[in-house]
Amino acid sequence: MNRYEQYVAFMTIMRKEIRRYLRIWSQTLLPSAITMSLYYVIFGNLIGSRIGTMGGFSYMEFVVPGLIMMAIVTNSYANVVASFFGAKFNNSVEELLVSPIPPYIILCGYVAGGVSRGILVAVIVTAVSLFFTRLPIYSPLLVILVVALTSILFSLLGFINAVFANTFDDINIVPTFVLTPLTYLGGVFYSLDLLPDFWAAVSQANPLVYVVSAFRFGMLGVSDVNIAFAIGMILLCVLAAFSYSLHLLRTGKRLRT
Amino acid sequence: MTAALQIEGLKKTYDNGFVALQGIDLTVEPGDFFALLGPNGAGKSTTIGIISSLVSKSAGKVSVHGVDIDQNFPLAKTHLGLVPQEFNFNVFEKVEDILTNQAGYYGIPRNDALRRTEHFLERLGLTEKRDTRARMLSGGMKRRLMIARALIHSPKLLILDEPTAGVDIEMRRSMYDFLREINAAGTTIILTTHYLEEAEALCRNMAIINHGKIVTNRSIKDLLRDLHKEVFLLDCAGQLDSGLNVPGFDLEVLDDHTVQVAIEKGQDLAEVFAALHQKNIAVVSMRNEANRLEQMFVNLLEQTA
Repeated sequence: MNRYEQYVAFMTIMRKEIRRYLRIWSQTLLPSAITMSLYYVIFGNLIGSRIGTMGGFSYMEFVVPGLIMMAIVTNSYANVVASFFGAKFNNSVEELLVSPIPPYIILCGYVAGGVSRGILVAVIVTAVSLFFTRLPIYSPLLVILVVALTSILFSLLGFINAVFANTFDDINIVPTFVLTPLTYLGGVFYSLDLLPDFWAAVSQANPLVYVVSAFRFGMLGVSDVNIAFAIGMILLCVLAAFSYSLHLLRTGKRLRT
Repeated sequence: MTAALQIEGLKKTYDNGFVALQGIDLTVEPGDFFALLGPNGAGKSTTIGIISSLVSKSAGKVSVHGVDIDQNFPLAKTHLGLVPQEFNFNVFEKVEDILTNQAGYYGIPRNDALRRTEHFLERLGLTEKRDTRARMLSGGMKRRLMIARALIHSPKLLILDEPTAGVDIEMRRSMYDFLREINAAGTTIILTTHYLEEAEALCRNMAIINHGKIVTNRSIKDLLRDLHKEVFLLDCAGQLDSGLNVPGFDLEVLDDHTVQVAIEKGQDLAEVFAALHQKNIAVVSMRNEANRLEQMFVNLLEQTA
C-alpha cells in the first residue's frame, strides 16, 4: 500500500470507530456526563464546601481537572477494549487481518477512535463542570499535550487488554480492579501533600498520578509532581505501550493461529 | 505464465502438536475454477488460512500471482479475496457499511468505494438490504454479502470456503451462475465444498486433500474417466422376474420395477437395453445410483486411509 492508500485505510478504521460510539451514545457518552455531574454535586458542592481550599483553590476547582482526566482515561480505554474485543469475538477482525493494511495503521486507527471519544467526553464533562465552577486554564498547550498523550496511552492499554481477553468478563477486570483504584489513588480527589511520606512515595509508582498532576498543572498551575518528569513518564509509557501493541499485531499473538 | 497460486512443501503443526499439513504442493493456473476437496479436518481450511494470513505456516512456500507471501504479503493480499466458512462480519453494521469499509481497508478512496458497493449490492441482489443490519439478513444473504465483500477490491484470486453451506437450491444456482460469470471474466476461483456435485458442476480441476496430504490433483474429467465401475438404476414397466440376468453384466433386481446394473469400464450399457428389450422389458427411466465424483472421492480416501 502506498501512503495515500494507508491514509484511506486509517480514515476508514477511524470513521468506523467514531460511528460505532456515536451510534450507541447512550452507552458511551451519556454515562460520563451523568456520573461526573454527580461527582460535581456531591464531592464538589456538598462535601467540598466543608473541606475548604486545596492547593490554594476551592475544592471544586481542585477536583474538576482530576475528574475530567478520569473521564478521558476511562473512555479512551473502554472504547478500544470494547471495540477491538468485539471484533475479535465476532471474528470481524479477520476483515482487517486479511487486508494489506500495515499493523501500525490498524493500531493508529483504533487509537484514533479511542482518542476522539476521550476528547469528546472531556469536552462534555468540561461543559457540565462550567455549571458548577469557573475553570481557569494556566497553560493551554500543556492541557492539549496531556489530554492527547493520556488518551493515546489508555487507548493503547485498552488495545492490549482486548488482545489478551478471552471473554467479555476479561475486558471488565482491568478497568474494575486496576484502572479505577489507580485513578482514585492517583490524586483525583486529594493532593499528595495530604498523604504521609511513605504513601506519598508509594503513589509515585502510580502512573495516574503523573497524568492527573500534569493536567491539573495545565489547568490550575499547581502540581504534586515535577511536570517535566510527569510528561516524560507519560511519554515513556506511551512509547512502551505502542511498541508492545505493535508487536502483538505484527506477530498476530492471540489473533492468528 | 505465473500461477495464480503456487504452494510448495507447505507444512503446519499447531501448538498442540496436531499436524494439519504434511508438506503439500499445489498449483492453480490463472483463470481456473479449482476445487479443493477433503473430509472434515483434512487441512483445507488450514491451507486457506495460511494463504490469507489467518494461520501462520510452519514451513513451505506460498505465492499468489507470483508474489511470495514471505517477501511481500501485503501485495499478495491485494490479489486475494476470501469468503470464509464462518460469517465473520460485524453483525451490528449495515450491509452497505460492511462493503465500503472493506474497500477502505484496501486503500480504495471513499467515492470509488461507494461506487463499487453500489455495483456489488446490485450484482448480489442486496440493494434493498443496503441499510439493514447484517444480523437481520437470512443465511443466503449473509453468504452473498461475504462474496460481495471479498470481491470489492477486484481480486485476481477468489477463495471460497464452503460458500453454499446452508443455502437453498434456488439461491445456490444463482450463486453458481454468478461465480461462473466472474470466472469467465478472468477471476481465478478456488472452491472448497462438501457438495461434490457442486465441484463437478463448476470446477475444471481439483485436488483432494486428506490427513494433510494431497491425494490427487488432476482435471475432474481425467478423474472421472478413471472410475472403473458406474452403477445405474433402471425403472422398468411391468413386473420384473427376481431371477433376471443379462450374461456378462452384474444385474440385481431391487424390487418389482427396479433393476440395478453395474457397468464396468469398457462395457456398453446399450447391450443391457438390447437384452432387456428382447425380454420385452421396457425401461421408462434411468438414474445414477450415486454421484460419480462422490464414488471416486470415497475410493481415493479409502486408498489413503
